[in-house]
Amino acid sequence: MRLEANGLACIRGGREVFSGLGFAVAGGEALLVTGRNGSGKSSLLRLIAGLVRPAGGGLNLDGGNPELTIPEQAHYLGHQDAFKPSLTVVENLGFWSRYLGRAQPAPEALAAVGLAGLADLPAAYLSAGQRRRLSLARLMAVHRPVWLLDEPTSALDDDAQQILVRLMRQHLANDGLIVAATHGPVGLDGTRELRLGAP
Amino acid sequence: MSALLALFWRDVRLAVRTGGGAGIGVLFFLIVVVLMPFAIGPDLALLARIGPAILWLGALLASLLTLDRLLAADHEDGSLDLILMAETPLELAVAAKAAAHWLTTGLPLVVATPLLGLFLNLDGRTGLAVALTLLAGTPALTFIGLIGAALSVTLRRGGLLLAVLVLPLTVPVLIFGVSASNAAIVGPLPFGTPFTILCALTLFSLVIGIFAAAAALRQGME
Amino acid sequence: MALIDLANPTRFVSLAERVLPWLIGATAIAFAVGLQQVYGAPDDYQQGATVKIMFIHVPSAWLSMLCWALMSAAALGTLVWRHPMADVAAKAAAPIGAAFTFLCLVTGSLWGRPMWGTYWVWDARLTSELVLLLMYLGLIALWRTVEDPSRASRAIAVLTLVGAINLPIIKFSVDWWNTLHQPASVFRIGGSTIDPSILVPLLVMALAFTLLFVTLHVAAMHNEILRRRVRTLMLLQAQAAPGSAT
Repeated sequence: MRLEANGLACIRGGREVFSGLGFAVAGGEALLVTGRNGSGKSSLLRLIAGLVRPAGGGLNLDGGNPELTIPEQAHYLGHQDAFKPSLTVVENLGFWSRYLGRAQPAPEALAAVGLAGLADLPAAYLSAGQRRRLSLARLMAVHRPVWLLDEPTSALDDDAQQILVRLMRQHLANDGLIVAATHGPVGLDGTRELRLGAP
Repeated sequence: MSALLALFWRDVRLAVRTGGGAGIGVLFFLIVVVLMPFAIGPDLALLARIGPAILWLGALLASLLTLDRLLAADHEDGSLDLILMAETPLELAVAAKAAAHWLTTGLPLVVATPLLGLFLNLDGRTGLAVALTLLAGTPALTFIGLIGAALSVTLRRGGLLLAVLVLPLTVPVLIFGVSASNAAIVGPLPFGTPFTILCALTLFSLVIGIFAAAAALRQGME
Repeated sequence: MALIDLANPTRFVSLAERVLPWLIGATAIAFAVGLQQVYGAPDDYQQGATVKIMFIHVPSAWLSMLCWALMSAAALGTLVWRHPMADVAAKAAAPIGAAFTFLCLVTGSLWGRPMWGTYWVWDARLTSELVLLLMYLGLIALWRTVEDPSRASRAIAVLTLVGAINLPIIKFSVDWWNTLHQPASVFRIGGSTIDPSILVPLLVMALAFTLLFVTLHVAAMHNEILRRRVRTLMLLQAQAAPGSAT
């Protein structure tokens, strides 16, 4: 599996954020996108996720399912956690599991992120770190080969960061690929860096 | 299909659990109906004659004013991003959300109509006739309003601007809804004529609504 | 057992549990005596036995207003003295007040049906009660909207006081609106003066209804305190779980 980008350009709010961007990520590889604020890290991820239309260039996923688009084969972890406070933890996760194609519930996903004991609690009672863990559980509950992570370590305590690294390693070992926007290292070895913004 | 049902039931659950539940739409409907006689006067004969119109206007406002949060809430917490990315077509997803909205807002309005008709001196038969026209017409209001809900996400505006944009589109539904109600009470037009047109409008708006809303959302996600 | 103990939720719960059986008993006795009096009261020469709906209608009306007065006092308790139980009292009272208002409207409607031929006329008194019901329902909806009751309590207290100030104004304007439009029939309670044979049962029923209100209110406050305890326990459970530090 290989995700390739050629000559990508992005315009947000009338301003050209980047242009002529190209990169390639293969299965089992993680690409860290770095750069100062405003350099377009989040925009690049949203572009790959299909949430923003590119102003130029193209994306291609070799070795994936030819009948599905790239977003349909990707998980996107943005700044928000996409959970509803008035639903319980397990209802929140169960909804996304079902919506993204997995009919059976995924208790092991909750256990993997350490939220198993809070399954029946309304999500409103969770702290910011616990909500972030709930988002990570979504990545565990449904399999997608491409992971697009926007600042995944923010709002995570040390334990949760360990969990995140372990999940990422597992994903890479299963031939998945990761594109992560980050300000610093995430604790994975053997990652490549794509630096955005003026040199 | 399981995904759509999951979305539908999630939205129903959310509507029931948050902010006063399904009752807030009916409460608003009640308040609008109660306000009318203060403006018009308590003449029961007059109120009975314009009763169907008052009920239709109340239902219209109660339906539309609750719609602008339908998609904006999902946009704000990032759920809309994930819905856009998923395999389930966006048109069907917004249709499921609109259906959930109708079940928790439109249908309670229909059920409350005969009771509220009592306040306007409408007898049981008339109240039920108006309720029937609302049953056929409130889905149209929901699906037309869906367009406004999508625009309120992409334009990041809400409230009155959306009402101004969407209300003119509801005029045909209002005309045929009130006309069918009046036909049931006084004739001379048979009830069936405006009622079937009302049903046709609902089916038409169902299709237009979901395609327009999905298109607006896709355009707006730039 | 000083009054100050009522300010402590735990003491209140145990006090409520001890007092409730007595309150229920007193309410039952008051209703038994009251209904007996009602049965023995004379029929109205015009309306016949239907006038006896008045013995439910009038006390309900009094209690619907008494309840808002109580909620206003609780609102002052929240805003001015920051009494810890004031918002519990206010939240518990709202549905009960709404129920009495609703009862007043329904009995008024049933009472008027034989006279008016319809279930509703826009008579001054009933219309004011209807507006009061809308205000109660709005308040209840507001209590339900905010997840944390103690956060909402101050805002709701302000709204309650605004409502209290507005009620006489609303009553006055509705009366004025009503005189402008000269409704077809006039709605009077048992005639222009109240004969003692009607007054006594009325007062007994009023007492019974008041006891009913107190019983329901104490029980509702008890439940609300327990509900908040459950909420606190859930919060603690979330805080004890991993990841709660961030």
